[in-house]
Amino acid sequence: MTGLDIWMRENPLTYVWLGSYAFALLIFVVELVLVRHKRKLTLEQIRLLREAGEED
Amino acid sequence: MKELTLFGMLKLVVQRDMTLAMRRRADVLTTLIFFVMVVSLFPLGVGPEMEMLRKIAPGVLWVAALLASMLSLGRLFSADHQDGTLEQMMLTPQPLAVIVLGKIIAHWMVSGLPLVLIAPVLGIQFDMQMETLGILILGLLLGTPVLSMIGGIGAALTLGLRGGGVLLSLLVLPLCIPILIFGTAAVDAVATGLSPVSHLSLLGALLVLALTFAPWVAAQALRISME
Amino acid sequence: MAINWFKYSAPSTFYALAGKLIPWFAISAAMLFAVGLYIGFFVAPVDYQQGEFYRIIFIHVPASILSMFLYLVMAGYAALGLIFNTRLSAMMATAIAPTGALFAFISLWTGALWGKPMWGAWWVWDARLTSELILLFLYLGYMALHSSIDDPRRADRASALLAIVGSVNVPIIYFSVKWWNTLHQGSTIKFSGTSMHVAMQQAMFIMLAACWLYAIAIVLARVRSVILERERQTKWVAELPEVRA
Repeated sequence: MTGLDIWMRENPLTYVWLGSYAFALLIFVVELVLVRHKRKLTLEQIRLLREAGEED
Repeated sequence: MKELTLFGMLKLVVQRDMTLAMRRRADVLTTLIFFVMVVSLFPLGVGPEMEMLRKIAPGVLWVAALLASMLSLGRLFSADHQDGTLEQMMLTPQPLAVIVLGKIIAHWMVSGLPLVLIAPVLGIQFDMQMETLGILILGLLLGTPVLSMIGGIGAALTLGLRGGGVLLSLLVLPLCIPILIFGTAAVDAVATGLSPVSHLSLLGALLVLALTFAPWVAAQALRISME
Repeated sequence: MAINWFKYSAPSTFYALAGKLIPWFAISAAMLFAVGLYIGFFVAPVDYQQGEFYRIIFIHVPASILSMFLYLVMAGYAALGLIFNTRLSAMMATAIAPTGALFAFISLWTGALWGKPMWGAWWVWDARLTSELILLFLYLGYMALHSSIDDPRRADRASALLAIVGSVNVPIIYFSVKWWNTLHQGSTIKFSGTSMHVAMQQAMFIMLAACWLYAIAIVLARVRSVILERERQTKWVAELPEVRA
């Protein structure tokens, strides 16, 4: 892992940015996508339910 | 008919559960064997060096005791749940918490106490000294009932669920960490010549806390699961 | 005031309210993130001991604080739901859990990244990090229990009880882990003993606010989906514009 250590000490800001902030941003984006996807699925499900109900 | 006091009810439930447990002696023994096996795995995994084994002994024994207790917790309510006895228990005028406490006591006597009794034998395998063994047993004696009580809450919450056993462990293990920490710290204290009294008193305090609240919380959990 | 409260405890009114609020929270969160990061990286000076590496704290500390705070809020809603039997409280608790868990995860990850330049190892059994890990387990246990129960009412109430039991345990766990850590002379990941430069404090506070606003926005968004799902059989849902589309 010493290659990583050397890179880390020479590029501290990049390390901090890539390792933490970019990572956190990634998590936020993933969370956002999951929430939007869930909403889409739920709405579709409700529409199907409505259509099935209207067939009676 | 003589009216049943709270303590009488408690005694009744403990006796009943113990009798039922004795009829299925295999269950009791498997928990014990699991405990012994898990403890024996560690030297096989980390090597037989006595110096190191002596150091990890309290931790290994405590973790194994934790895991072994978890194993048997699924059975706490399931049998009564399946044959409808649990519903009857919930309808009695006596507080459900007392019944739950009785079941937990019986569970501990059948699954927890044997572990405490066999732990010193295993401790010797790890070359633990006499004083440390004594503190280990005392700690286990105080801690395993708390494990049973926290486990009782978990068992009530996961009643009848698929994947119950593992889910139960997932829920209960984080909550048992303080007991693990204080139990092992007490042994380490004695090993380094310090007093284990503070650690053991903390264990005692947790025991009292658990005794006061856990049966009631578990009863609430049962009501939630049985609605 | 009392009347307004109960009006918004009806899922239908809350759904509409949340929908209106989300953009405000989201935009202010984004702005605060931008400002906070600017101050944190371009205004705050280099640390005497830790160089540039310390700048991780501007995400690590807010994430930790928020993961703990969210757990308490979740337990609070859980308690409300159990005591007053309000459906919306239970839904809020469910909606908070994933966000709290993700913040705990960010806290652990950034904590590890901070530990590496400081201590040479990706993970040190620092008391706070270890407690954070246990907190993550508590979140995961909550979510696992909730998803294992089919009946939504039982799921809500069972996980609510678990959340409350967990929150009572959190101080005990924290205390015991701290004890354990000092007992074994573990390392402590701490910021330099000298007082923090004013810009560092500002950046920290702004980032904390940013994370907090983000959390509100995303939880409100998630709870809207939960409401839709739970109330899918009702008339007010059937008449929503997004459903009719």
